[in-house]
Amino acid sequence: MDIKTFKELIDALNEAGTADIYSFVQKNEAEFLEISVEEFRRRVKNILNTMKEAVSNGLKTNELSKSGLSGENTALVKEAIEALKLDGARFSTLSPVQKKVIIYTLSVIEENARMGKIAACPTAGSCGIVPGVLIALGEELSLPNEKLVDALILAGIIGEIVSSKMALAGAVAGCQAECGVAAAMAAGAVCFILGGRNEDILNACALSLKNILGLTCDPVSGLVEVPCVKRNVFMAFNALVAAELSLFGVKSKIPLDDVVDAMKETGELMAVSLKESSEAGLAKTKTGIEIEKFLKEKFTR
Amino acid sequence: MSKNKTLLDIIGPSMIGPSSSHTAGACRIGLMAGRIFGSTIKRVDFTLYNSFAKTGFGHGTELALLAGVMGFYPDNPLLKDADKIAKENEIEFNFHYKADYSVHPNTVDISFLGEDEVKVTGASLGAGEICINKINGYKFDLRGDYTTLILIYKDAPGVVYRVTNLIQSQNVNIASMHCDRNAKGQVASMGIALDNEVSEYTLKKLSEINDMYFIRKLEKIV
Repeated sequence: MDIKTFKELIDALNEAGTADIYSFVQKNEAEFLEISVEEFRRRVKNILNTMKEAVSNGLKTNELSKSGLSGENTALVKEAIEALKLDGARFSTLSPVQKKVIIYTLSVIEENARMGKIAACPTAGSCGIVPGVLIALGEELSLPNEKLVDALILAGIIGEIVSSKMALAGAVAGCQAECGVAAAMAAGAVCFILGGRNEDILNACALSLKNILGLTCDPVSGLVEVPCVKRNVFMAFNALVAAELSLFGVKSKIPLDDVVDAMKETGELMAVSLKESSEAGLAKTKTGIEIEKFLKEKFTR
Repeated sequence: MSKNKTLLDIIGPSMIGPSSSHTAGACRIGLMAGRIFGSTIKRVDFTLYNSFAKTGFGHGTELALLAGVMGFYPDNPLLKDADKIAKENEIEFNFHYKADYSVHPNTVDISFLGEDEVKVTGASLGAGEICINKINGYKFDLRGDYTTLILIYKDAPGVVYRVTNLIQSQNVNIASMHCDRNAKGQVASMGIALDNEVSEYTLKKLSEINDMYFIRKLEKIV
């Protein structure tokens, strides 16, 4: 689609006289792909199914990844939350849907680390955020599948417009472009599900994205595990908070298009050593180096 | 970047984790390379460079490459068991590791042995996109996003004309074309990306051109 900014999206929507972003977008995308809207939605549904399977597969196991750096936390958190429900030993700040968001997001991103099947939304390293939030919310609100498809299309156009300005890769703009964009996509989708208007949705994305500016990509030993796995959970909560604030009426002083420009500029200014090259940051801490050395010895060739 | 990127590539694609460059991209390179080889594999040797060599183990890069050459797509859960499946199919495979910073950080050489010997070099460019750079030492630029014809032939005047003329006569549009040769009058290569399918008849006609050493039609993989 030849829409490069969010302002252009809203203008195009007004011109077409369409109320919902997703319905405008699905028509456009289907035309571009030379397929019917039904076929386009079927393809989105296939991706949604991959996401659902990733959630349920990840819930069944505590198998570690090949490196051994991740894989145990979904089961750990799930059991701890169950225990809390039973004995009520302490007060939890989490609502039922928030608990589910944590477990589902972890489930997908850990499944990714152990070579399970996921949807790269928008990348493999950020694959837990959108499904974790959407599927948890869908279950808690007993949403029909079609509503989740609408929300996923909306999330998609948010990512697509950002990607028309900058490639969604850690090597280009650090984790801003991966988990950061995933959080903005999820923020928009949550805001939409909870009844936000188009301006609320884009405002939620702006609020979300402002809070990930400068996020580096410094994974230990170059693997999509430390800090990626846990960061996915934090970013899912970034999305929830942004959507809620927007619905409460909190306005981002800087509009979404400007925030995207700032993110692009920040990415360009960021040192290469902090952009997926594992030459600085967490990867080169004392412990990061020790882990790298340990893994090298474990997998000597 | 791929010209055909859509919203579906933003919310997906479905793939086996953990990395779009080191797992899905590696699988795609293998898939393209396996199709370029095009026959039963007896033995395959992979040489992984730089980042592929350094972090491949944790990303399942070796398994993904092996799965790819056996024809598995990046979303096939069997990718994880590629080594077992290769052994069951009596495919001998070896991995070698090299540092050479004159090539792309995620580069792999794949040498096939079967009825023929074919050597393919590819790189994973990020976000799942790949490029096949070399086949048997000849330069190519194959992205897997179009049906592509690959030709290696004796360099002679008029071959490019005969090839494009044949394709055009079948009403097939050429999207892009990449030619290279090692020296004048020796061996030349051609990669032709097509907008639509070419028939078996066209392939047969192309193979009848004098001194055509190698000809393959690759389906698009993305």
